[in-house]
Amino acid sequence: MTPETLRTLLGGVPENGWFAEAEARVRADPDAIGQLFARAGRMLGRRQLPDHPAWTAGQAGRVLLLLAIAAEQREVRVAELYWRGDPAERLAVLHALEHLTLGEAGVPLIEDALRTNDKRLVAAALGPCAALLDAAVWRQGVVKCVFMEVPLSVVDRLGERADQPLAEMLGGLARERAAAGRRMPADALALLNRRSLAKGFKAEEG
Amino acid sequence: MRVFDPHIHMTSRTTDDYRRMAAAGVRSVVEPAFWLGQPRTNPGSFGDYFDSLLGWEPYRASQYGVRHHATLALNPKEANDPRCKGVLDLLPHYLEKDGVVAVGEIGYDSMTPAEDEAFAAQLDLAREFGLPALVHTPHRDKAAGTRRTLDVVAASGIEPGRVAVDHLNEVTVAAVKDSGCWTGFSIYPETKMSPPRMVSILQEYGIERVLVNSAADWGHSDPLLTVATGQAMLDAGFSADDVDRVLWRNPIEFYAQSGRLDLSELPEPEATFAGSSVKRGGS
Repeated sequence: MTPETLRTLLGGVPENGWFAEAEARVRADPDAIGQLFARAGRMLGRRQLPDHPAWTAGQAGRVLLLLAIAAEQREVRVAELYWRGDPAERLAVLHALEHLTLGEAGVPLIEDALRTNDKRLVAAALGPCAALLDAAVWRQGVVKCVFMEVPLSVVDRLGERADQPLAEMLGGLARERAAAGRRMPADALALLNRRSLAKGFKAEEG
Repeated sequence: MRVFDPHIHMTSRTTDDYRRMAAAGVRSVVEPAFWLGQPRTNPGSFGDYFDSLLGWEPYRASQYGVRHHATLALNPKEANDPRCKGVLDLLPHYLEKDGVVAVGEIGYDSMTPAEDEAFAAQLDLAREFGLPALVHTPHRDKAAGTRRTLDVVAASGIEPGRVAVDHLNEVTVAAVKDSGCWTGFSIYPETKMSPPRMVSILQEYGIERVLVNSAADWGHSDPLLTVATGQAMLDAGFSADDVDRVLWRNPIEFYAQSGRLDLSELPEPEATFAGSSVKRGGS
């Protein structure tokens, strides 16, 4: 979701006036964001946005408030808001990361989200912000999704990033599941089959 | 029967409890921050605990279709340890969070000067953050503790209708009722209050401004005693609407004063109740 789209969606909610004022305050004084970031959830609304069920106005507002922090202050402020945030606030940080251009400074936050047992945070950590993760951490995240029954459709650029080590991890899991008489989720099996086919094709070519 | 348990320490309970509660009609709970049995020795321990009450525990509850909110505070018992005083400085940050619907449990344990100070300071925080207050009354010297509690509440200037005074019994209910504060009752297997005694109190004092909770925690307690009390009310001739008022609408009326109570429909619980993120080995 681009900031422009979020701004358009937010323009349609009745509490948009509160947001405009909050955003101006953050632009003028980054210290103001602590309180406003927490309040945005209830001030802007916690119900799903029409046509965008994954988003609430509150979450859209939070992402835009993060983008209103002056660039040179972002690294410190965003990390602080993540570590001191509740799950919804942490989700907003993860969703904003791809637009915040923090680079490596975002990695510890994403890795923390991947260590949680909260499906929402794990899913967000594998969204576009996961571009910052190295391959080993990213693969662990994908396999964790399979364990947590998080659909693999949440993983950004899955087809592009899925590699042989990931296929081997999934293959191992599939054998464990088969031994236990338990099923693999269909999306994981499909990914595994695609990788196996690609490998077979390459072997034939070679 | 739909039930809102306005005081229960789910952190100390198992997923089996969540399953049984949801099956019996408990759809919403409020978990007050309290003493964990083992003393904490620094504010950081409280910060992690508050994070858990706003993060992991509501998530765990949601797996069973139960809505979870919290009340946060430095509890009276640990207010006596000077190493924990810094918790009062953490609170303004946490009291802004969406999941917080009151300041609590505050009040008295042994009625010491340190408890006086923490109690008054946190009633001020409740006013400052527009939150109701959940007040614990002491186990020992309860009648005197309750009187002193009401004096402190009156002196603080907080509106009595925004204060719930909890763990009441036959001896302490009248004074709290007269003060205009909400009357809270913790139904326990053997001690504080039982379902039949609760029914007698409701018959004598009415069903307005009454909160019935299980206060279930790590001690001998039962998260289904709210439901048992509803059944005892029906058996004694109260209507289903009276039960709904006491066990559902009253706690909503009290905590909705925070402006933060969110009872919008929860997503459907997981098809298998033990969703893998709650199962061990999920990660």
